[in-house]
Amino acid sequence: MIRAEALTKFYEHKCVVRDLSFSIQEREIVGFLGLNGAGKTTTLRMLAGLLMPSSGRIEIDGHDLLEKPLEMRWRIGFLPERPPLYEDMSVRGFLAFSAQLRGMDDTKAARRVGEVLETTALSEYADAPISTLSHGFRQRVGIAQAIVHDPALVILDEPINGLDPAQIVEMRKLIRSLRERHTVLLSSHNLTEISASCDRLLVIKDGNLVDEGTEATLSAKHGGARRAVMVTLIGNRKAIEGKLTQSALITGFEVRADNDGVVDVRIDITEPKPESLARELIEAGFGLRRLEPVTSELESTFLRLTGAKS
Amino acid sequence: MTEATMSRPGAARGLGLIVKRELGVYFRSRSGYIIASLVLLVTGLLFNVDAVGSSSKYSADVLADFFKDASGVMMFGAAFLSMRLIAEERQSGTLPLLLGSSLTEGEIILAKFLSAWVFLVVMITISVYMPLLIFVRGKVSIGHIFSGYLGLYLLGAAVTAIGTFGSAIAKSQVVAVIIGGAITVVLLLVWMLARVVDGSLGDVFGQLALWDKHFTPFMRGTIALPDILYYLSITAFFLVLARNSLESRRWSS
Repeated sequence: MIRAEALTKFYEHKCVVRDLSFSIQEREIVGFLGLNGAGKTTTLRMLAGLLMPSSGRIEIDGHDLLEKPLEMRWRIGFLPERPPLYEDMSVRGFLAFSAQLRGMDDTKAARRVGEVLETTALSEYADAPISTLSHGFRQRVGIAQAIVHDPALVILDEPINGLDPAQIVEMRKLIRSLRERHTVLLSSHNLTEISASCDRLLVIKDGNLVDEGTEATLSAKHGGARRAVMVTLIGNRKAIEGKLTQSALITGFEVRADNDGVVDVRIDITEPKPESLARELIEAGFGLRRLEPVTSELESTFLRLTGAKS
Repeated sequence: MTEATMSRPGAARGLGLIVKRELGVYFRSRSGYIIASLVLLVTGLLFNVDAVGSSSKYSADVLADFFKDASGVMMFGAAFLSMRLIAEERQSGTLPLLLGSSLTEGEIILAKFLSAWVFLVVMITISVYMPLLIFVRGKVSIGHIFSGYLGLYLLGAAVTAIGTFGSAIAKSQVVAVIIGGAITVVLLLVWMLARVVDGSLGDVFGQLALWDKHFTPFMRGTIALPDILYYLSITAFFLVLARNSLESRRWSS
């Protein structure tokens, strides 16, 4: 079990993380959500032992990280936002080096490297120089170095950054598979992805934990989602505005463009499903060319919790 | 994984891992060979032009001049070899791998320093054919050659440690070599202050100088404990500073 108690971090006089407390159960995958500058990376770096907190306590499996940092480091695997890779080395050589650097003897390291190459689907590229790998495979090597010494806690800072959709799907599978041996804490800007990969979310704002829970519990707790759709209608702008003003399904709207009767409108709706709105608009005599959601439930909850503007 | 199967690696093993990797980088990289080639080429040229020269000299003077020239060229080599040690890790984003390992900052710095210094020692030692030519054709003792090389190794260690410190505090390799070079030049030129400042302060400046009082005995074939201790102290001092700089990163952003 991972426990952070009253973590606080000052950079000179600026408080970046304030009194942050949370716990993570064994083999749980937890997502760290927050806007840029919310204190996510600082918190992850403190948990990884790379940054000392100004005050507070970090406990991993009952051991205090700050009291015995050297002895605790092998319990932690960390993938920073930019994977730490020696590009001149082969994947296998680099992973063996990483394992030995964390205290594994040569025999165990060789065996574990084989396992990790399988887990991360890198066996085919085991002897390739890292410099020849694509971004997606480098990211995999980054995860491989974070788990090669078999740590209790794996910390991944933005693991899906810069990946294409196919690579994201693969990465999601890989992250989910890590739970067999590790507790995972990850941060991501991709809300859909973090929701799909994680059992639970920690939402952080200005260095404070705003709330935690599953996507469903967070959405329910914070008064449901604020839903919005982008609609392209064919018709007179004034007539469209008049209809939208009267509709009971709509809490607000904003005309984004009007190109000779082709009107783009962003509409905040009250119902979870926008079909009723579509029906109402068509029955009012407007042509409906497009209707698509612009915010997911998680995004709405996230925006509300962090106080960000959509 | 159980606690029994994992432990903090012995300092020697951890040091060995990093030294082995770093030496591999020097011996595989183009920059390592370029620096070594230039140092040996310039040393060889100076040996012919300055040390041997066209006028008649005693063999011992030729050898002393060789060590003088070699020390100057070697200091450039040491500064350029050490600039990458930490700054490159920072630039390429690999520093978290080392800082997240089971090694202390001091061990990381020592390993980095040793790798550059060992490469430097190999590089300097290759030049031994020049003193051996003097030995074969003139009248110099093996002890004089040994003394000169010991001086080169010690001076090289000091300049490499200064470069390691520069690399630890700089964000880029260029800045690192500028910082390391500037500190080295100041320590080289401090003997000038010794000549214009009277009294004990002048003596302090004289004793601080990196080359003047401490290297000259080595190049003339004299090994003195205070000179050895001076170079070891300078080396240790800048390695401790480099370690402190790396440690301070755990407290700052």
